[in-house]
Amino acid sequence: MDTAYLIETIIKVVVILLIFSALAGIGTYFERKILAFMQRRLGPMNVGPYGLLQVGADGIKLFTKEDIIPTNVVAKIFKIAPVITAATAFMASAAIPFFPQFTLFGYTVHPIVADINIGILYVLGMMAVGLYGPLLGGMASANKFALLSAARATAVFISYEVVSGLSLLAPIMMVGSLSLIDFNDYQAGGVGNWIVWSQPLAFILFWIAAFAETGRTPFHLIANDHEIIDGFGTEYSGMRWGLFFIGEYANMFFISFVIPLIFLGGYGDGSLLGAIGLIGKMAFFFFFFLWTRAAWPDVRPDQLMWLCWKVLMPLAVINVVITGLVMMF
Amino acid sequence: MKMEAFNNRNVADNGYYMVDIEDYPTDGWGKFKRVVNRTFKGELFVGLWVVMREMIKFDIHTIQYPQEKMPIGPRYRAVHEMKRLWESDAERCIGCGLCEKICISDCIRMDTKIDENSRKEVSSYTINLGRCIFCGYCAEVCPELAITHGGEYENGSEQREHFIMYEDMLTPIDKMKAGTQLEFEGFGSITPHEDERVKKTPLAY
Repeated sequence: MDTAYLIETIIKVVVILLIFSALAGIGTYFERKILAFMQRRLGPMNVGPYGLLQVGADGIKLFTKEDIIPTNVVAKIFKIAPVITAATAFMASAAIPFFPQFTLFGYTVHPIVADINIGILYVLGMMAVGLYGPLLGGMASANKFALLSAARATAVFISYEVVSGLSLLAPIMMVGSLSLIDFNDYQAGGVGNWIVWSQPLAFILFWIAAFAETGRTPFHLIANDHEIIDGFGTEYSGMRWGLFFIGEYANMFFISFVIPLIFLGGYGDGSLLGAIGLIGKMAFFFFFFLWTRAAWPDVRPDQLMWLCWKVLMPLAVINVVITGLVMMF
Repeated sequence: MKMEAFNNRNVADNGYYMVDIEDYPTDGWGKFKRVVNRTFKGELFVGLWVVMREMIKFDIHTIQYPQEKMPIGPRYRAVHEMKRLWESDAERCIGCGLCEKICISDCIRMDTKIDENSRKEVSSYTINLGRCIFCGYCAEVCPELAITHGGEYENGSEQREHFIMYEDMLTPIDKMKAGTQLEFEGFGSITPHEDERVKKTPLAY
């Protein structure tokens, strides 16, 4: 393998890891602030100006807390579960183009770790593997709330994998490729070429499924505080719990990148304006995660299953069939 | 405020009415119609708009506590205070012991003696704040308005049974000289405009 390619890839991996680990922290700051403003509160104010250093304080707290392995847990699985969540979240980012390619000191940089030809399949698959974090952590915890949460996580993830996969099938049929760069180039012509105009139903279905896959508020029953404490995270402390946290927030950021890349034109023609546009769209989708958390109540697990299997999945199948018919004739 | 609204128990005349709630659908078609209705009614967007409106209005209700504090009412019953007489700056307490008697949690302890002027003097007076339930009976029963409640609610202590001594409760003499002693308006205090309501004792029968 080419040494220059190897070095470039390692640099990209390190940059993505550092940026998104930091973004996970800053994301918590934004979440607390926006939720507070929507509830007429101020949020963190005391650590640093406007509470900005709260992120650092929380980080220090998480890193220096005692790492407790309770009795009766299956220690090996208990220890590895948070790593699975965080690692799969970051592994999913390998196939996401965060920027258009740009030239730095005469060297063309492709801001994607690996432009594999099954990009979107890989991203979805990796996010699906992330299920094993809550599942194994919850089952190994020797805690009834964690066990309930593991069961719920499995049900939700598997059900909504179906919805996200089927809803993405129609755009994939139109583009004829699984690479996210091909998706972007398909829509490079401008706002009129965005897939959201030809596949509005798939867009909404995938968006709903994204909430389930990241476990955000309307579908937050995996770790519903008022029912099952912190779910799979109940027995965790310190940095192991922090890894779950980083995984969840990194997942939110990555899915906020994936939705605009597939449906809303991505970075467009690759100009600087397009790159800023992608960041803007990503920011909107991330903000929407926080917005719904302030506005909407949670649904019950049985309602969630009902919504998935009786409403969303039939709609996704109908969407695929209609898309196929339109493309055939 | 008029009391009629509260005294009139005939609720049917006051604009109350039964809310017209439809029965829940039991058959499949009715349930389907309900789902479609709820889906396209846009109720979710109402919730989104409400929180967004509050964020834009930025009408923050937070009180950043150590820096800013809520004003508390003059009748608030926090840690006790001992008042001085306005005329002579002397202590109001006459050592009658009524507060010690009435205290339902037995937290007031006082000792008295006859001083060199043959007057009753309070030699020791403590309130066990670990037991005090701040009911206000002591302030209500005090004939001299000597013991009252104050507004000091920030009492951190290293032990649960924190005593306050007579000297700590007593209005400091410099504060008294400056004329800044505040009268308590709660239990046992003189009601406002009492002077206008006082009548001469009818002596001419």
